[in-house]
Amino acid sequence: MRQIAFYGKGGIGKSTTSQNTIAALSETMRVMIVGCDPKADSTRLMLHSKAQTTILSLAAERGAVEDLEIDEVLLTGYNNVRCVESGGPEPGVGCAGRGIITAINFLEEEGAYEDLDLVSYDVLGDVVCGGFAMPIREGKAQEIYIVTSGEMMAMYAANNIARGILKYAHSGGVRLGGLICNSRKVDREVELIEELARRLGTQMIHFVPRDNVVQRAELRRMTVIEYEPDHPQAQEYRELARKIEHNTNLVIPTPITMDELEELLVDFGMMDSDEEYMKAIAADKARKAAEEAAAAAV
Amino acid sequence: MSTVDERKQLIQEVLEAYPEKAQKRRQKHLNVYEEGKSDCGVKSNVKSVPGVMTTRGCAYAGAKGVVWGPVKDMIHISHGPVGCGYYSWSGRRNYYIGTTGIDTFGTMQFTSDFQERDIVFGGDKKLAKLIDELEVLFPLSQGTTIESECPIGLIGDDIEAVARKKAKETEKPVIPVRCEGFRGVSQSLGHHIANDTVRDWVLPKADEYRKLPEGFEPSPYDVNIIGDYNIGGDAWPSRMLLEEMGLRVISQFSGDGTFNETVMTPLAKINLIHCYRSMNYICRHMEEKYGIPWLEYNFFGPTQIAESLRNIAAQFDETIQAKAEAVIAKYQPLMDEILEKFLPRLKDKEVMMMVGGLRPRHVIPAFQDLGMKVVGTGYEFGHGDDYKRTTHYTDDATVIYDDVSGFEFEELAKQMKPDLIAAGIKEKYVFQKMGLPFRQMHSWDYSGPYHGYHGFAVFARDMDMAINNPTWGLVNAPWEKEEE
Repeated sequence: MRQIAFYGKGGIGKSTTSQNTIAALSETMRVMIVGCDPKADSTRLMLHSKAQTTILSLAAERGAVEDLEIDEVLLTGYNNVRCVESGGPEPGVGCAGRGIITAINFLEEEGAYEDLDLVSYDVLGDVVCGGFAMPIREGKAQEIYIVTSGEMMAMYAANNIARGILKYAHSGGVRLGGLICNSRKVDREVELIEELARRLGTQMIHFVPRDNVVQRAELRRMTVIEYEPDHPQAQEYRELARKIEHNTNLVIPTPITMDELEELLVDFGMMDSDEEYMKAIAADKARKAAEEAAAAAV
Repeated sequence: MSTVDERKQLIQEVLEAYPEKAQKRRQKHLNVYEEGKSDCGVKSNVKSVPGVMTTRGCAYAGAKGVVWGPVKDMIHISHGPVGCGYYSWSGRRNYYIGTTGIDTFGTMQFTSDFQERDIVFGGDKKLAKLIDELEVLFPLSQGTTIESECPIGLIGDDIEAVARKKAKETEKPVIPVRCEGFRGVSQSLGHHIANDTVRDWVLPKADEYRKLPEGFEPSPYDVNIIGDYNIGGDAWPSRMLLEEMGLRVISQFSGDGTFNETVMTPLAKINLIHCYRSMNYICRHMEEKYGIPWLEYNFFGPTQIAESLRNIAAQFDETIQAKAEAVIAKYQPLMDEILEKFLPRLKDKEVMMMVGGLRPRHVIPAFQDLGMKVVGTGYEFGHGDDYKRTTHYTDDATVIYDDVSGFEFEELAKQMKPDLIAAGIKEKYVFQKMGLPFRQMHSWDYSGPYHGYHGFAVFARDMDMAINNPTWGLVNAPWEKEEE
């Protein structure tokens, strides 16, 4: 059984990409998705539902996680993909990180990991604390795929996630499988992500183009694979799935420093250099001084 | 070689067992007091060296166990998982008068008993419910304090919001105490945090909360007893002496004290403080805010009791001063009787001490009154000002050890061979197994009181009982078989 995880900045299209990819993978494998996000939106395209009953919400209702049966929270979705969501507290209270730990421990104890070829974890945003690193710790996901785009903050997040992977790479054996570029149609996006991948010591495993069919399918709470199985976009996801299935390029990432990342962004015109920053500030100052001088003259 | 040099050398020998880095750090905490110096020459109040056994507690212990816990008619909630509350159940033998479970709650234990779901989803709702239920079960409680355990600080619960809401609903004080155990290096920060909650949550509303006793008229002789926790009843003989000399004790904070006494404190003319370490913060605040002066005193042993009574009396008029002298004279025969009995049995016996807040220095004169000699002393969590104050009491060549480790204490005791070790429960059995008489100086070994003239009688008896106990002569190691 392989265990993989999708990480990436919030709002990058991580859940959509992962579910479409899993839908494609489910054509040849027995798969379980473990949603590790308090929003609990990692499985809705599989289940055609707005929100699934989560482990933690039910545990809160009953009193303890021990009061749950696995069947109540482990549902079967599109093409027999098993779907479970950890859930978590409402924003601003409690500890979502501990929630993920609790939920994954529950799944292990209840035997949810039996008779599977692949488990996929979908983890929120950044690796902000130990709880969100749970899926990459010993015995869990061995391969991480980072969903990113050519936008600055998405790349910052990708680099941070690589640092998280590096931290656990030696103790638990987790490896980076590659960057998935979910296109935002930024200039020179492919080159930029390929360069970032190279710096991180990994590959851009696939470039997923932007297509409105994804939104049309989402409106119907479906993956593209299910909604328009013959659409070229569905083929893109199948191609990504095929690459992941046969991926052998698993590495310990080499995260770069903030300075290096910013240099990279400057090189690709995503960000202005220090010189230009100084120039702009100087220009502002000069203009202000001129205005003041003019006012004084009057 | 002088005794000072000998003992300095001994410290070096003890330190040699440590790896270089630990040695360098611990070096600064061990020294020998030299006559005439204004300081003990040790560093203090820093993080313990990892890997050595320290006897320190945590901020929660300082806030709940020491400062707030003894306020008898309030409910003190151990907020978090059950362990902290369970193991601090019953407090520190802070005796009190009242009907437990009806109007007083000192030996009861209240906890929010955090479960996994409370960590994940936050515990504010549970806390609110707990306070509601306690209000129904114990309507005579005069308020609530919420002592945060570690997880509360980690998950960012807003206990202040709960406290404000519940205070409004119950029309009683509800005081959130952010004493998460990971804060600070010892229980000392917990004392400070608890003092600050008195400053921020209690005193600003003192006028509103206060219920003056019937017919209460302010008097120039009103005093507060601050920082006597009434362990084994310590505050009672202390209060008696103050009253006998004509003063009126309007508040005990916190031993055998009530919440109302806590809000009576700003009405006093002077704060008399016993445990400086744990309560100096609130005394300083009251001095700044209300202009109430504060005075440290020491009620261990007749010499210091007399000196303290005179110092206190000097703050008042001649009537009080005359009465203080009368009190000292009154108890002199009792003291003579005690000394006549115990001095010959205890003379020249040597003691090594290691305690918490004030006792490492305050108890020295009580031993000296019995003809004994304190050859080593140290604090669990003292600060620089404690060690400065210690020089007032110590003799030349006293070994000073700050936050002493299990290893250091044992080694020093092996070499210095004292007749008595006076420390805490964590050290007790180690030394007793070494065949050394031992007395607990935190709990008075379930005895007490030790404060005041009455307390000295108990103290003298207890020390004699430990040192001259024939049991120690009967202890034989199994490998030391008697010759047949």
